[in-house]
Formats: sequence, structure tokens, C-alpha cells
Amino acid sequence: MAGSKMKLELSRVVQGKGRLGVLKGLGRTGQHSLKIPGCLLYTHFGSVPHLTQDTLHTMRDLPSVTQVTLSTIAEHQEVLEEFKDGFRKFAGLHDTVLYCSLHDPATSCPTGHTTNKTVSVWGSGGRIELTAAKFMALQRTIQPDWYQSMADGETWLSDTSRKRVRKSVDRTLAHLDECLLVHKNSQEFEGAEILGVVEGGDILEERLRSARETAKRPVGGFCLDGFQAGSMDQALRTQLINAVTKELPEDKPRLLQGVGQPDEVLACVGAGVDLFEAFFPFQVTERGCALCFSFDISPDPERAGSAPSTVLELEQERDAPVEAQQNGDNMVDGQTQMTSFEMNLKDKRYQDDFRPLVEGCGCYCCRNHKRAYLHHLLVTNELLAGVLLMIHNTAHYQGFFSALREALATDKLDLLQRRVLSKGDRPGGKSE
Amino acid sequence: MASTIERGAPPNALGSNMSLKKALSAASPLSLRIVAECPVTKARACDLILPHAAVSTPVFMPVGTQGTLKGITVDQLEGLGCQICLGNTYHLGMRPGPDLIEKASGLHGFMNWKKNLLTDSGGFQMVSLVELSEVTEDGVKFKSPYDGKEILLSPEKSISIQNSLGSDIMMQLDDVVSSTVTGPRVEEAMHRSIRWLDRCIAANKNPDRQNLFAIIQGGLNAELRKKCLEEMTQRDVPGFAIGGLSGGEEKDDFWRMVTLSTDHLPREKPRYLMGVGYAVDLVVCVALGCDMFDCVFPTRTARFGSALVPWGSLQVKHKQYAKDLQPIDPDCHCPTCRRHSRAYLHALFKNDTAAMHHITIHNISYQLTLMRSVRQSIVEKRFPEFIQAFMKRMFPSPDQYPSWAVDALTSVNIKLE
Repeated sequence: MAGSKMKLELSRVVQGKGRLGVLKGLGRTGQHSLKIPGCLLYTHFGSVPHLTQDTLHTMRDLPSVTQVTLSTIAEHQEVLEEFKDGFRKFAGLHDTVLYCSLHDPATSCPTGHTTNKTVSVWGSGGRIELTAAKFMALQRTIQPDWYQSMADGETWLSDTSRKRVRKSVDRTLAHLDECLLVHKNSQEFEGAEILGVVEGGDILEERLRSARETAKRPVGGFCLDGFQAGSMDQALRTQLINAVTKELPEDKPRLLQGVGQPDEVLACVGAGVDLFEAFFPFQVTERGCALCFSFDISPDPERAGSAPSTVLELEQERDAPVEAQQNGDNMVDGQTQMTSFEMNLKDKRYQDDFRPLVEGCGCYCCRNHKRAYLHHLLVTNELLAGVLLMIHNTAHYQGFFSALREALATDKLDLLQRRVLSKGDRPGGKSE
Repeated sequence: MASTIERGAPPNALGSNMSLKKALSAASPLSLRIVAECPVTKARACDLILPHAAVSTPVFMPVGTQGTLKGITVDQLEGLGCQICLGNTYHLGMRPGPDLIEKASGLHGFMNWKKNLLTDSGGFQMVSLVELSEVTEDGVKFKSPYDGKEILLSPEKSISIQNSLGSDIMMQLDDVVSSTVTGPRVEEAMHRSIRWLDRCIAANKNPDRQNLFAIIQGGLNAELRKKCLEEMTQRDVPGFAIGGLSGGEEKDDFWRMVTLSTDHLPREKPRYLMGVGYAVDLVVCVALGCDMFDCVFPTRTARFGSALVPWGSLQVKHKQYAKDLQPIDPDCHCPTCRRHSRAYLHALFKNDTAAMHHITIHNISYQLTLMRSVRQSIVEKRFPEFIQAFMKRMFPSPDQYPSWAVDALTSVNIKLE
């Protein structure tokens, strides 16, 4: 096994509330770190959707780990093989840790194509079938710092049988063993980490078996798969994740796939999850909405008004969730619905609203533009709408995770929970 | 040999307050300083001082139709060195409408653009986009594509909207006739454009801070063009546009009308050639004496994956670039070329709209850099050499030089090698 410098330093573990800490020594040179609970930077082929490096770097404190998906990279294996220096450099990314997952969390994947030996991914050119050997050959050209082991995650449909779930756990363990064998025998993976994948659908004993078996292997951390939106309700999800994380070693990170809504994030952090994929801000952007939920936990309302991550006068801005028109072409049903955490800027009421998206938000969009302008860009189908919304939504989501860590550190999780879930008037909030 | 023409509001048009009068005339809305003139061609390099910034000419002005350059933030545009861009009165007048933009402190405030803006009159879009339009002496009548209501765009209405938009340069409403049309309609349109110019001048509520440009019409008829030039140059307008071209006419006709216009336009006022943006056209028309240009082509073509390069264009989406690890143009210093390869952009086109933004940035940078190089060569008195090198790079061999360009350049004493 290639040596890695990655180390999880937990500063606080509150039972039933979450784990606070820092992942240190990330990347092959070990100079990066990532605070937990936290999220990764969501990208399409190494590019945060709609953004160039200029627009992306109007944001400070971006996650140090960038997520790319094998489904989009697989069809470009040839050029990466010729390039030789890995995907990070190919994509013009310099200072980031690269994590490669199997699928795109914002895209649904057709079922019925996995076999005992293969898993399929869908790129722009169609289906690509991967054996563990092909999977590892791809990872060799991508040269990620972390990567999700090949897995059979086809258990998220509600009518999945117990037999199918058991098979998914077995296959995923077999894939992991095959990947690990190649991983430890290849110079190219020196310093890189495999994340083992915990499957098991909605069956507790399969979840436990998958967790225990995966934990026995020399993995750098764990991906919790099959919990994505639409697969189960939050109560069951929390219960299963709680059971799973009890089986996992304390000192390795747990990444939950396919869950991103703030209330669900809070519940899952409470169940022992450390990391999330930040696809939620992208989905909000695609439906022409802006995140506006409150995560202000500062004690003094006066001070709160000037704090950069503070959100004022939100509640009256929140729209009743309505079915929003979908811009993206590849989203899972049920994920494109507007949530109560966002405002629909296409709504006519914003036509002459000359306030920033969120008062006090320090993102490029809120510093420079008004709701009326965003409304105009959306109704005229201008590309800049996606750019500005993606900046704001990413910044807002990062702000939420930052508040979440602060709440864990200062015992204010209950307050944060109330803020995030609050509807209607909020004490301390100003109306203009 | 710099000459400066200051243009302010006529003193009696202002209030009685002396200090206000003084303040306003000091902040005159346009002045042109000729920095250098090419001793061989009609090219010149000027500093055009406008309310929101000085503009170095010759200048290419990118088009931000609906209050945005598609996919690009105002900071990115400013970062590329853009000093002036366009907004379209027709689109903005429809959505979000002049009242809303006025509430937002004009188009500058609405889109948060700190540099200069030029707005067109709205007439061209009406004729080109809206089927049901009818031109009478009153103005252009059309049915709104949004609610079907009949609307009249008169010269007064056009200026009123442009006053609300608050652009630094407004264009008069002109009677646009396709450049391929001949006969009495062309003459009628030319005369009407002169009458409409007078109505536009009278309608301008902000002559102290918004410049109104006249548009020379007359189709491809030299006599009509001359007549129009003679009439319009008698009006006290801060600048002139050459209109009614770039509409599918023969290039031989096009350049002759351009050079005829610049021959008759006053030296001390800016000349804006509307709708021109291909690199070769830009370089040739600078040689013919034009200062300002606009065109949607560089940004529109970018979104289809076509990157502009000194040797023409490069279709990033074509398979041949799938494994090409060079930047679009190895000599280009734009943010796209500094970071990304053709192969990465090629792949990104399959995955995200950001790919379009990368090419848009590159193409705007190409246009602005080209014009800066043109200006530099004029200032350094080596514009003729610049043209030779430019043409050599653009075409594989001299026998592929377009004949109209050869003729146009010959007319200003440049014999292409």
C-alpha cells in the first residue's frame, strides 16, 4: 500500500450531533487540508458549472478538494493517456486536491447495466462499461488524490429486492479488493487514497455487513452510497447512517453521496457524516433560484447585520416551493423541485427589487448586482444568470458549512437547526 | 499635431445658475484628441474622451444586447481592457423597459458597468427582427412580439428610451433600407434619415451628458451618400456613423461607400462604422479612416466554438483538436489561453456552458488586442508594415487576398506584397 500523509484530526465529537475536525496532509504532497463537516467543490469535467477560473476565484475559502466524475472523464481516456500528467493539470487546475467519483450526483444513471464484473457510466457519448481493470487504468491516467472505488450502487430504487441488495454489497467488496490489489502494486498511486464504498440499500443488516467488511480493508475513507434523494426518507436515512458510522473507524472520513439539502445535511452530520458533494447549489442554479436560507447563529443581532455570512430579512423572501422550470437536461426526478431554502428569481415580484440576492452576502453577485438584474437575465435567458447564480449559491452553501462548523464548536447546533428550518418571521431579523 | 475639439451643451440651454453652467460645460460629453495620423493611409489614432472613460481608438466595441455580454461578468470585460460596449435599445426597451432602467440609474447602474455605453436606435432590430413593421414619416410601426400591441418607434421615442438608458453615445433613429435595395426607396430613406436626425437632436433631453451620433445613409449610391454627408455634417452632432452597410452587399461596393464617407466627414469628429467586426474588414476600414466598430460576430461565433486567431479561426469542437494540447493561440495572453488547452476546451464543450465563456473571453481579447496593435502601429508610424504582416499571417498566400481588400488598400497607397 502506497503511503499517504492524510490524517483526520477530530477536535470534537458530539454524540448525535456530529464530528468537528480537520483532514490534514491531503494531496500527494500533503500540503492541503479540509475542515469537516465540509463539502467538496462540484464540477463538470473539472469546471464548476458556468464558471471560469476568474469567476470562481472571486470566492475565497473554496473547498480544497475538487470533485470530478469518472462518467464525464471516461470517454477522454485517450487524450489523458497522451497527456500523461493527470487530469488536474489537463483541466488547468493547479492548487487543489482531486477526488474522482464514479457518477455525477446531479445526474440520474440508467439502471440494468451492471454485471458481476462490470459497472457502466454514462458520458456525453453514451454508455461506457468498466471492468475493475479498465477502471484502474482510467484512474492511472486521471491521477486523482482520492478516488471512489468501483461500486455497484444500483439499490436506490424503492422496489430493489433483498437479493439484489446483497449482490450489490458482494460485488462492491469484490471490486474494492480488485482495485486495492492494483492500487498497492502501482507506483502511480503512491500517495493516493481509495475510498471504500458502503452499500446495502435500505436493509440494515446489509448496511452493517458492507460497513464492517469495507472497514477491514486498507481504505483511506468511506463513501456512503445509495442514500441519495429519492431513495428513502430522512428518518430511515439517519437511522441507517447512524448504524453504519458506528461500524467505521473514527479516524477516517465519511463522504455521503447524493445528499445536499441543508436540513438533510444537518441530520446526516448528526449521524456521523463528515463530507458532502456540493451539487445542491448547482441544482438550485439550474432552476433559476438563489439560496437564501438563514444560517446566522451570531448571538448579537446588531453584530449579525455586519457579519459577511449573515442573512437578514430572509423569511419573507422565501417562496412557496413550486415546480420550477428545469434548465439542466439530466436531473433525477424529484431533485428539480424547488425547496424552501431558495427564492425563485423568475418571479415577477423581483422585477423591480433593487436589493442584493441576500443582504450582507459578500459574494461577487451580491456585491455587484441586484435582484431586478438577475430577474431580467433569467427572463431573457441570458447565460450570465447561471454564472451569477452559481457564484452566489456556491458562496451561500460554503457559508452554511462554515456556520455548521462554528455551531458544532460552540454548541449552537440547535440554534442553527432552528435558523435553517425557520419559516415565517424570525426574531432579530430586520425587514429592510 | 494633436487637435482637441471640446463639445459642451449650448450655454443658453442650461439653467440660470452660473456655477452649474460652468460645471456642466467643463464636463463636456465628448472630446476627440487626434494622437497620430498615418502618413500613408487615412488611418488615425485618437483619444476619445467620453463621460465614463477615455477610449483609445481605433476601437472595437463588443455587443451586450440585453444588458450583458453573454456569459461574461462586467469585471471580466473590464479586465480585458474594454472601455466601451453596446446595448440594444430595442431589446432593452422591451425588457426590462426604460422606466425600470431609469430607476436603476440607467443602463450603467442596471448592469453595473463602469465604463462607456453606446446604444443603437432600435430601428435596425425592428426592421430585421420584427416582421410586421411599417415605416412612415412618424417612425417605425411594429407589433410587440410579447403582447401583440402596436407600437410606434418615433425618433422622439427612440431618444426618450436612450435618455432613460443613459448611454454615453446614442444613435439617431434612421430609416434603414437593406443595402441590396435600389431605387427611389433608398433616396426616400436617406432624406427621411436627415429629417429624423433633426427630430432626434431636438428630442435629446441630456445633451450635456449624452452624445447623439448621426448616421450617414444613402445605400450604395455615391450621389445619395454625398448628399446625406453634406446635409448631416451641417448639423452640430458630436460624431458620425456610417450606416446602411454590412448588410450583404458586395464588398466592392462596401469599401467604396466607406471611403467616400470618411472623405467627407470632418476630421475632428469620431467616425463609427456600424456592424463591422471581421478582422480583415477592421484593418482595412481603419486604413480608410474609421475609428469605431461593433459587431456581434466575435461573441456569437464563440458560442459555437469558433475561436479567432491571427490565421483566421479555429473550430474548437472539431475532432482534430481533441488531443491538441496547445492553447488556442500560443501567443495570446488572454485568461483562457494562459490556462487551458484546445483539448481541454474541446472536451469541456461536451460538459458545460463554461466552455462558451472561455471562447467568448478569448475572442473579445483577440478583437481588443488587434485594435490595440493597430493603434500602436499608427502611433509608431508603421501602420503600412502592420497591414502587410497582418495579411501575410491571415492568408496562406497572397493570391488568396480578397480582391476588394487589395483594391481598398491600394486606394490608400498600400500595395500588398
